[in-house]
Amino acid sequence: MGHGKTTLLREASFEVERGDIFVVLGGSGCGKSTLLRHLVGLETPLAGEIHIAGVGAPRLEGAAPRYGVMFQSGALFSSMTVGENVAFALQGWTQLPVDAVDAIVRSKLALVGLEGAEGKLPAELSGGMRKRAAIARAMAFEPNLIFLDEPSAGLDPVSAVELDELILALNRNLGLTVVMVTHELESIFKVGKHCIMLDRESRSIIARGNPSQLRRESHDPRVRRFFNRETSVPQWQ
Amino acid sequence: MTDGEVLDRPSVVFDERLSLVVGMLQRFTWRQAAVDDSNSRIELGGSITIDDAAALWKRISETRAQVEGLRRVELELGQIQMIDGACMALLVQFRTDLRARKVECEFSGGSEEVRRIVHLYGGRKKGRQTRPRRRPVSAIEQVGAATLAVFGEAKQILDFMGRLVASTWHVLRHPKSLNLRDVGLTMERAGADAAPIVLLINFLIGFVMAYQSAAQLKQFGASIYVADLVGVSMTRELGPLMMAIIICGRTGAAFAAELGTMKVSEEVDALRTLGFLPLPFLVIPRMLGLILVAPLLVLMADAVGILGGALVASLTLDITATSFLIQLQSAVKASDILSGMIKGVVFCAAIALISCQQGLATSGGAEGVGRRTTSAVVSILFTLILLDALFTVFLAMFGI
Repeated sequence: MGHGKTTLLREASFEVERGDIFVVLGGSGCGKSTLLRHLVGLETPLAGEIHIAGVGAPRLEGAAPRYGVMFQSGALFSSMTVGENVAFALQGWTQLPVDAVDAIVRSKLALVGLEGAEGKLPAELSGGMRKRAAIARAMAFEPNLIFLDEPSAGLDPVSAVELDELILALNRNLGLTVVMVTHELESIFKVGKHCIMLDRESRSIIARGNPSQLRRESHDPRVRRFFNRETSVPQWQ
Repeated sequence: MTDGEVLDRPSVVFDERLSLVVGMLQRFTWRQAAVDDSNSRIELGGSITIDDAAALWKRISETRAQVEGLRRVELELGQIQMIDGACMALLVQFRTDLRARKVECEFSGGSEEVRRIVHLYGGRKKGRQTRPRRRPVSAIEQVGAATLAVFGEAKQILDFMGRLVASTWHVLRHPKSLNLRDVGLTMERAGADAAPIVLLINFLIGFVMAYQSAAQLKQFGASIYVADLVGVSMTRELGPLMMAIIICGRTGAAFAAELGTMKVSEEVDALRTLGFLPLPFLVIPRMLGLILVAPLLVLMADAVGILGGALVASLTLDITATSFLIQLQSAVKASDILSGMIKGVVFCAAIALISCQQGLATSGGAEGVGRRTTSAVVSILFTLILLDALFTVFLAMFGI
């Protein structure tokens, strides 16, 4: 997987079980977001195949969404209100009347703790609220699988914890399968059930398993350095 | 210093004065002493902060020029009371430069606090390589890079056109996939909102054209032909072209910036993951909106341009409105008006396509959005003139 002539990942074979919270982790620039873009169909792998629920990965050529995606910045449509954002796929791909769509939108926003925010524009929301609204939009079409790109990035600690709680609740109560890209250690240990770690130097997966177990048992210095937050920058004495 | 000296060598005198002022302001001491023929010690003392950086760098530059023949320089920091990161970085650079000239250089002494700053800014490590200077790019390399860039851009445009054709076919087969809301919005923004400036600019164009030609026509007793001049010029050429130029600057730039911002903020990616194709959803409605308002804008531009000319004719050539109108009717044919309207439609389609293509090709954040918006406007202007020339030749071939 890569861009143009640059290969970011030489090998990335893994399986995600239904109902899992699967975390893709690694340092900056190791290809986490690139991997996510390939999984959701925004980019085509240079080699290999992607299968989701036994079907080849979608090529995003104009079909109802099979799963939800939350981008790092939320990527809400800035010219539409929160309610219009959440209703977008419903209005485009279903024959539901307006009031039915509104009812579903309200329920999705309530699910993520944004009751009453339908009429607000994305610019009027805080970072955490925008991410919640993006999750509500991703959930609108009742997916079984959702991809989250750095959900906690840029959030204050309280909002980050709230978002982690939301992800856990969605997984627990709805059986939602979550594939999450992150490098936030707190989130990894709190929500991640299984994970793979990517490495920029080797351009491959260097560890896989339960995050807590990996931190305890891995002998790979790269894995230990990541989990123990070891750096090569001089520290103050 | 006398006034004469100041007049003779102003820049040198200014440098000396500046050095004096800087020297008076510096709060640190710099004492260089030779240990022996090949070793030297520089003792720094006092407080060295960012305010002293210029003076420190001046001392470093002077010293660097005097190290010929030295094997070792010791930078003694024991008398320093305080040094900040910026000045430490300058001293580290000094050490790196000396090592590059094969002169050994080390820091010594310094309080606990000073040693921490030394440690943080790499003072303990062996000198890093200085950043290699970028060699100037030769003319041939620049031509080659520019050629490759042009081919790359052409490839992107061809790709866009191909996807547009496929998207148009998709919309024809699935009309509901067309985003009609944006058609109406575009018509309002590019049509109704742009009308005042289109009217004003074209009125002035007609006014100026008639004014400039009035004097010449009067000499030959052909004043009445100002109606022919303004009428034919506005309907065939200036009306559609000026309208397109205004739409380019106003709407074309807006499209490019809007779609570029959507691209860099991942809104276009989000659209795709929700099952909507960017071209039918974003590009085709904009193009359709512009095409639909183009004929009306051209007609309005023609009308006010002719009105401007009629005003000049009335004020300076004593041609009545009735005479002007009769002459106009005999000069301007239906084919003139129609060809102008068709040009307007083609121009607006080009504006929409180029601005949307540039917007969707954006990368690199805000800087990328700015770059693509500028590129869109320049490309559109060039294309408009090219299309106008092609139309002229084409219409002449068919005697229209």
